[in-house]
Amino acid sequence: MSGLGNIIKKEIRELLTPATFLPIIIIALIFGTMGNSIQGIQEQAQTPPVIGVINEENTTFSTMASTILHDHAKVIYNSTSNADIQIGLETLKEKNGVALIVIPANFTEQILREEPGNIKVYWIMKGAGLMDTISSSVFESLIAYINTNISKELIGGNSSVNASFILSPTKRVETTYFKNREFSGLSPNTISGMLSSQSLLIPIVMMMIIIMAGSIVITSMALEKENKTLETLLTLPVKRTSIVTGKIVAAAVIGLLLAVIYMIGMGYYFAGFQISAGVNLATYGLVLTSEDFIWIGISLFITLIAGLSLCMLLGTFAKNYKSAQTLTFPITMLALIPMFLTMFADFDTLPLPLQIFTFAIPFSHPMMAPRALLFHDYPLVIGGIVYVVIFAAVTISIVVWVFKTDRLLTGSTSKFKWIKGLKRRRF
Amino acid sequence: MAAVTVTNLVKKYGSFEAVKGISFSIDEGEIFGLIGPNGAGKTTILRIISTLLSITSGSITILGNDLGKQSGDIRKLISYLPEDAGAYKNLTGRAYLQFIANFFDPKQIPQMVEKGIEIADLGNRIDDRVDTYSKGMMRRLLVGRAMMTNPKLAILDEPTSGLDVINATEIRKLIKETAQKGTTVLLSSHNMLEVEYLCDRIALISEGKIVEEGKPKTLMEKYKVHNVEEVFTRVVRS
Repeated sequence: MSGLGNIIKKEIRELLTPATFLPIIIIALIFGTMGNSIQGIQEQAQTPPVIGVINEENTTFSTMASTILHDHAKVIYNSTSNADIQIGLETLKEKNGVALIVIPANFTEQILREEPGNIKVYWIMKGAGLMDTISSSVFESLIAYINTNISKELIGGNSSVNASFILSPTKRVETTYFKNREFSGLSPNTISGMLSSQSLLIPIVMMMIIIMAGSIVITSMALEKENKTLETLLTLPVKRTSIVTGKIVAAAVIGLLLAVIYMIGMGYYFAGFQISAGVNLATYGLVLTSEDFIWIGISLFITLIAGLSLCMLLGTFAKNYKSAQTLTFPITMLALIPMFLTMFADFDTLPLPLQIFTFAIPFSHPMMAPRALLFHDYPLVIGGIVYVVIFAAVTISIVVWVFKTDRLLTGSTSKFKWIKGLKRRRF
Repeated sequence: MAAVTVTNLVKKYGSFEAVKGISFSIDEGEIFGLIGPNGAGKTTILRIISTLLSITSGSITILGNDLGKQSGDIRKLISYLPEDAGAYKNLTGRAYLQFIANFFDPKQIPQMVEKGIEIADLGNRIDDRVDTYSKGMMRRLLVGRAMMTNPKLAILDEPTSGLDVINATEIRKLIKETAQKGTTVLLSSHNMLEVEYLCDRIALISEGKIVEEGKPKTLMEKYKVHNVEEVFTRVVRS
């Protein structure tokens, strides 16, 4: 065998371990599941928006607007009376509609007087994620299309008309219904933008703490093995639970400290990009109370303990510093996945498999908590805390059990015998 | 009274049987040596007695405590020095000894640390970081760590491994003195001269079984040879 072949064979044997492959296989499965679910959301978003139309008059411009809406959207409710708004909204809510559009009786008359014609839009908002607002974005482009067509008609009929009016011949009067609340004058995109900027900090803090503190725990276990200090530690008169808890608490303290330093920098970074939307959510009652902050704090703390317990469990697989670096990867991914999921869609609007998946990741809960608390969704927050407490307790129990077994010192056990057998057969 | 009683001890790693039903006992204050080739099962036996590995079958009693049920109590009585042990590299020698002493009786901590420093005999280097130590210095620090806690049972895997002749001699002398003060010592070694000098009794292990056991002098007379090395060769060949 050539020198090159010999080196390649030896390297492959060293790298072909469960610790190398398992995290990647798990991540591949997670991404596969996420991809399928997000594809489902995208397909749903690309279909024509489901709307209702109340056209109170039968004149040039109102007919033009109504025709465009009927041609480019799926209109499931039609009426000619302003009094039917409530019925229309109920119908749309039942049939998963996006908006009810009301073209008032004086629409054409207003435009002919060179005043922007009002189009009343009653939005039914389901979630505040990027994916959730796609339908409303599609519908907004329809309004722009109506504007363009009215502009063309006005220019064709009367070239002396006011130029700035021609560019915007209609005006939207918007009301959005979201989680049983009414937001007058706000579109779903505005609400989504405001909520995103409000709830971006917690996911980033959570992600940074977990990545930093998690890496400390895993590396600590790896170094105990690499520096041959673990055997001595395990023969000292100290309980296994104390060793596990001590490592977790120390990592949590250092992780929090690092996260604070990191967040100071991030705070300045975000401040540099912050653009005021000119809307104060407090005027709509969307304010976190001191009680809400306590819930967020509890959720963060419990999740940190759960996350570090998971890292500790992974750390028991680490043979040395090099393998510890590989094992931090799944933790990083588990912290990133809920961050992106909550950015793309609300928990409520996710497909059921993705909801279960998101709920199962402990890191999701403090990320979802601020928005849930804004809308008084306490069952989601408290349920999440209870789940994470159970998750942490089970994980710590498993870690303590591993510390009491031979696995910590003897490495892989008979559970991985089939892989060893495979390696022997191949080489 | 027996400090350690091992009865029909079996240890399996999957289908591999590393220890095959061995039995022996060690009296209090005795120095007992396990001798055998690499892979004979010496370290496995020491790790089991140190509460690090579980027993597949059989039983072990240490100073009246059942290993399977009272491992927490046993850890208060023993001190284990692994063959290739290390110390926390970011600590100084003194800080490392202090860290270990903190697990024991708070009233004894200063004396323990002083004793550890005295045994390690590293001079001013005791206040240097461990990662600057040579292999010999590291071993002396670890021997100091193992003996400073005044254990009832000291389990030493190749105690003089990596030490030069002078340091090794000092450590052997220290082990002898410690045993004379009442500490029971269980050690393993490849160095037959060391075993002959140190041990009151020895057990020769081959392929997970005790093939011979007794006082070094008695064994030498039995096999009509002049040292333990020759006893070992005779026994293993036969």
